[in-house]
Amino acid sequence: MSGSDQGKGSDVLDAQDRARFEQLVLPHLDAAFNLARWLLRSRADSEDVAQEAMLRAYRFFRGFHGGDARAWLLQIVRNTCYTWLEKNRPVELMTEFDEELHPQPSTSPEALAIAGDNRERLTRALETLPPRFREVLVLRELEGCSYKEIASITAIPIGTVMSALARARQRLQRALTHASPQEASREL
Amino acid sequence: MSCDFTRTVLHGYLDGELDASRAAEFERHLESCRECATALGAEESLRSSLHGASLYERAPVSLRKKIRADLDAATAVSVALRIPAWRWLGVAAAVLIVATFSWYAWPRVQNSAASAPFTAAEIIDAHVRSLQPGHLTDVASTDQHTVKPWFNGKLAFVPPVKDFADEGFPLVGGRLDVLGGQNVAALVYSRRKHLINVFVLPTKEPDTPIHPPGARQGYQWVHWRHQGMEFCAISDVSASDLHELAQLIYQ
Repeated sequence: MSGSDQGKGSDVLDAQDRARFEQLVLPHLDAAFNLARWLLRSRADSEDVAQEAMLRAYRFFRGFHGGDARAWLLQIVRNTCYTWLEKNRPVELMTEFDEELHPQPSTSPEALAIAGDNRERLTRALETLPPRFREVLVLRELEGCSYKEIASITAIPIGTVMSALARARQRLQRALTHASPQEASREL
Repeated sequence: MSCDFTRTVLHGYLDGELDASRAAEFERHLESCRECATALGAEESLRSSLHGASLYERAPVSLRKKIRADLDAATAVSVALRIPAWRWLGVAAAVLIVATFSWYAWPRVQNSAASAPFTAAEIIDAHVRSLQPGHLTDVASTDQHTVKPWFNGKLAFVPPVKDFADEGFPLVGGRLDVLGGQNVAALVYSRRKHLINVFVLPTKEPDTPIHPPGARQGYQWVHWRHQGMEFCAISDVSASDLHELAQLIYQ
């Protein structure tokens, strides 16, 4: 009976685990934070969630048997983010937010003219996308993940990564076009 | 109105995820399909604006510190749980013996080693030994207020312990080591993925500035004396990184 305890006790970590974790997983902290920041749309919340995810990763570390440490960590970060969203902002996950029906007040042409900044414009457009679309774009375009990595992080079949990205990019193009009417003439 | 390829395969092509034959097939298709050619141009420009807008957000230093503290806590607790209480008595007794022995051993060793109390080979050996699994730290903590008191009663001097995470040299921990037959304090810092050992021992020699680095077998070390203590930092990081850390400690 104590044997089953020990089998389960992946949380018994020693200095050697600590050094390995430091070497393999901790270097991907930026990736973890970046994904959390884009999923939660808030730096402050992302700090808390990335911290929690890192500690969870450490507790599960005995279960990591080599391979892609970044993808392994990001999977945990993503799960922690969704759990946090379910608890704190359930509405965001339930409604497939549609930027055509609910234009963000902050993306009015006036606000954009004041902001005037490409980064601002892209950030707002990305943030209007539903999280499922936002995450594939962030993983692909900011994190440079392969389709295989995206599939393992987001738990979607590898065969559908390409169409998920296609839809996400279409939504983003649309969000950008809506946000700046002066560019609308370019599309269609 | 909408080409099937525009909706899917184009993205695999854009991302370099198509196999060679499908990519060639799509390129042939591109020559005849204006819709796909336009869409590909639009996707490429979207991508370049995404890449050019510095949207990537890096973790703040404060978060890195908090996480290291969490990991220390998770590690320390489990180690404490695994060692039965009676064993701690043994540990305490051993520490006492080492401390007593070193108290008597200091003067003789100091006298016999006039200038450098250890050789380059001994420093490299000690460094390499520390990198073997489980040997790096006796006290693993990024908190200088945890590491410094840990040495209390284990050595007949107080090594200066400071975390330089903000300067890019986070403290990893400390341990007792033996160098040239002497008990010394070893402080461990990390620099990106590299580890740096800083050995500290008392000396009666006058202060010396940070010497130009020595190098052998791919390791570099720097040596200096300050306020009655002898320092030697060794690592496989660049000589300039090592010098930077030495200066931080010297101050």
